[in-house]
Amino acid sequence: MRVVEKRQLLSAEEIGRTLQRLAHEIVEKSGGTKDLALIGVRRRGVPLSQRLASIIRTSSSANVPVGTLDITLYRDDLSTVAQQPVVQSNEIEFPVDDRDIVLVDDVLYTGRTVRAAMNGLFDLGRPRRIRLCVLIDRGHRELPVEAAFIGSTIQTSDTEIVEVRLQEIDGEERVVLVDRVA
Amino acid sequence: MLQRLEHLLGIENLTREQITFILDQSKPFQEFQRHPLKKLATLRGKTVALAFFEPSTRTRISFATAAARLGADTMNLQAESSSLKKGESLLDTVRTLEAMRPDGIVIRHSSSGAPHFVAARLEVPVLNAGDGTHEHPTQALLDALTVRDRKGKLEGLNVSILGDILHSRVARSDIQLFGKFGTRITLCGPAMWVPRELETLAPNIHREARIERALEDADVIIVLRVQTERMHEPALAAEEFILRHQLTPERLKLARPEAVVLHPGPMIRGLEIDPRVADGAQSCVLEQVTNGLAVRMALLYHLVGGAPVDAPHPAKGRSNAAD
Repeated sequence: MRVVEKRQLLSAEEIGRTLQRLAHEIVEKSGGTKDLALIGVRRRGVPLSQRLASIIRTSSSANVPVGTLDITLYRDDLSTVAQQPVVQSNEIEFPVDDRDIVLVDDVLYTGRTVRAAMNGLFDLGRPRRIRLCVLIDRGHRELPVEAAFIGSTIQTSDTEIVEVRLQEIDGEERVVLVDRVA
Repeated sequence: MLQRLEHLLGIENLTREQITFILDQSKPFQEFQRHPLKKLATLRGKTVALAFFEPSTRTRISFATAAARLGADTMNLQAESSSLKKGESLLDTVRTLEAMRPDGIVIRHSSSGAPHFVAARLEVPVLNAGDGTHEHPTQALLDALTVRDRKGKLEGLNVSILGDILHSRVARSDIQLFGKFGTRITLCGPAMWVPRELETLAPNIHREARIERALEDADVIIVLRVQTERMHEPALAAEEFILRHQLTPERLKLARPEAVVLHPGPMIRGLEIDPRVADGAQSCVLEQVTNGLAVRMALLYHLVGGAPVDAPHPAKGRSNAAD
């Protein structure tokens, strides 16, 4: 299966400005940064969460802890795949109990990743609250999941994929809409 | 792309890449052992048959716990209560197990090759938990993980294996595994338990009669259990064994300062290992147990998880990914 680029959704600068706005929204709607923690969902949620924490550190002088969550073991589709996906470790150095957690991911689509991420978090403790921050919400939810902090909402069709490319992982910085081609 | 492992029958047919993959995949499961809640739903609905035709407490509990923590159910077969004692053949016992439709079989048997026999005949992933004097692959994998964590690598280490190597499937798996990583392996024990044929199992391996020489420059020391059921053999008395082959603190000093001591367990304190060594800072025996759980979880996840190898592909759910 190949992918064909249809159009660019966000440029590098637009990603930067969006993250600035999201970081400020998070602080504003959390009543400050006490107990706040950001957890990035592997893979691309991770650099996004780290950048958000960095912006918060610069603008509010608050050191909000950041962690990494791998959801592979919590996926609901493992019994349908022929070869089990590679598992990676979490990296969460702080206790999750009673924390005000913001889960960070690049794209919100069916909501299954977020469901898996919440299961992963509950195995680590009992957060006081979990909210979701995504760069792109592309609709088509299959579960009752919503994001509190959204960079951009895009209408998409089922054959399309939203590709978020980040410097840390992809060596470039843009968000594109691509089409699956047989 | 790594060839998918269907069974885990032994180290001998694993490539270095496959071994590294298993060790790497064990790391998230090591971290998992520190979670407050150690229960996944990853293998929910799967059943793992634990077919132990030889007595075992540690390995069986380790596999059972690994399966349970992944959310799988287990079927327990133990030799003492098994129909095998009533004269049923291995194949029939296993066919009976298969008819209960397990998603994986973990088997320990006194006959070398029994897991291979089962794997060749059944449509189910088979994991070798120890077969005769042939192999005990999960032990070697957890030993390798322990060494890699402590020493940062496996390549180029000096590994000394002490004790009754002839009768040890653990030793054979360890030799095979460490041998694939460019290590120098030294075998030392009572002469009749360290035959020359063992030197064919790895590229850089030799036997050493004296324990002092065997320990010089060692990075890794694997102490094997003395199988006391063999101590009635005329050639060896306990006192002489202790005198010539026990790993004491003084002897341990001959090894490199950061050398690590491994023992597959159960230890006989005061026989093959001095209690001060067993409890000392260089001893890794407790880490070995924890790592055993992680390795077995990683193996069960990859071998027992997922769709059956020949299942038709069900309609895949939607996902925002190009793969």
